[in-house]
Amino acid sequence: MNHYYTAFKAIALREMLRFLQQRERFLAALVRPLVWLLVFAAGFRAALGLSITPPYETYITYETYIVPGLCGMILLFNGMQSSLSLVYDREMGSMRLLLTAPLPRWFLLFSKLCGATFIGLLQCYAFLSIAGAFGISMPTVGYLAALPALLLAGIMLGALGLALSSFIKQLENFAGVMNFVIFPMFFLSSALYPLWKMAESSELLHDICALNPFTHAVELIRFALYAEINLMAAVSVFLTAIVFLSIAIWGYDPSRGMKRK
Amino acid sequence: MTLRVSNLSFNYQAKQALKDVSFDAEKGRFTALLGPNGAGKSTLFGLLTRLLTVNNGVIEVAGIDLRQHPLAALAKMGIVFQQPTLDLDLSVQQNLRYFAALHGLSGKSAEMRIEASLDRLGMRERAKEKLRKMNGGHRRRTELARALLHEPSVLLLDEPTVGLDASSRTAITDHVHQLTADGLTVLWSTHLTDEVHPDDALILLHQGVLKEAGTAKDLQNGQSLQDWFLSKTGAEA
Repeated sequence: MNHYYTAFKAIALREMLRFLQQRERFLAALVRPLVWLLVFAAGFRAALGLSITPPYETYITYETYIVPGLCGMILLFNGMQSSLSLVYDREMGSMRLLLTAPLPRWFLLFSKLCGATFIGLLQCYAFLSIAGAFGISMPTVGYLAALPALLLAGIMLGALGLALSSFIKQLENFAGVMNFVIFPMFFLSSALYPLWKMAESSELLHDICALNPFTHAVELIRFALYAEINLMAAVSVFLTAIVFLSIAIWGYDPSRGMKRK
Repeated sequence: MTLRVSNLSFNYQAKQALKDVSFDAEKGRFTALLGPNGAGKSTLFGLLTRLLTVNNGVIEVAGIDLRQHPLAALAKMGIVFQQPTLDLDLSVQQNLRYFAALHGLSGKSAEMRIEASLDRLGMRERAKEKLRKMNGGHRRRTELARALLHEPSVLLLDEPTVGLDASSRTAITDHVHQLTADGLTVLWSTHLTDEVHPDDALILLHQGVLKEAGTAKDLQNGQSLQDWFLSKTGAEA
């Protein structure tokens, strides 16, 4: 058991050290959602009327509405970026090193996933603090209650990245997948507009948004930020995480051969 | 015997990469796996390190069947990959600590082993330097220190001198030869004949088939090893 703990700590710490050394990555991770919050949302505020829907008990500004979606966006980008580094690692040798450690492969992958998720959490809280400084704040207890929600959502999105990385052979192919995964996932969700608003323009789009796992991740975070549990979203995110993780473990199974010609 | 390969075959879809390969690498001996590019050396290393799964044949490491007990077998192996595995932005010590932890070593026992492995390679005073500041030779030495950290019984090296200058190449080759004196089993894959010493065990792999096996000086039979190698494999080397 001690071996597992030692290895878990080391893998997570290594992810953290790598992230802290890439200051541009941290900056980019913060600037992206802040631009959305402080520029896009300000412009959009007038165009979009929001009615009172749970968990909100009163009228809210558009900026307040998109904060959970932007937390989701941070986790989405972080999950994809970590898996991008996995494809790079595989072309280098560090993934080989990890996968030849005398521990079960699922555990090694899960440790790496957790390491990446911790970085996502760090980014989310940095973003929430800056948003708070601009007066876009949540109830204090919400920040604490959001932690498990962010963790679960981060693991789900990281597992998606991990699953994708196991099927992508080269870095070049990954850029395309980023566009086909990140943008549809983000825009076809409740991150930027409530689902009922989407239904007004198209039932089909509404249904797609409602099925999108990213929508559930965002709703989970949204409710948690107001210290409420959205049970359906929680179960959905949890199950999706298990599915993505299973695909990733299957993808990295040695019998499928991570080492291709 | 500390490394035994029996009747190993492997296909990449339609292409057969290894055909019925069997050999033993003896304890305390340097076994050179010689073959031109595309001979199947990297596939064999993939199978030995479980990056690929053995479908046909058996691999035993220190008496442990790799397929049945993969984790116990991996714990007995030290591996130097052709590709660099170290994080260039971390120090030598940080890299080695990470690897030690993957093998369940932490705290004092890890520190002691890190110091000992760096001492062996004359790199102790550079422990805190970042890998990025080091030349290719020192990076490779660090890879070797890493692979030896958990005191493996079998050391596998997949073309470990690729990209090194002549003096670094000789230094690493000689050093690994010396390690066998302590009872370490070494399997060294290469396509460069000057890395093989006359008393080394030699396995010649060509087009996925094991063509020759024996002691280098017996096999070459008065010829230079380079000429012998070319005569067995054509001009592909």
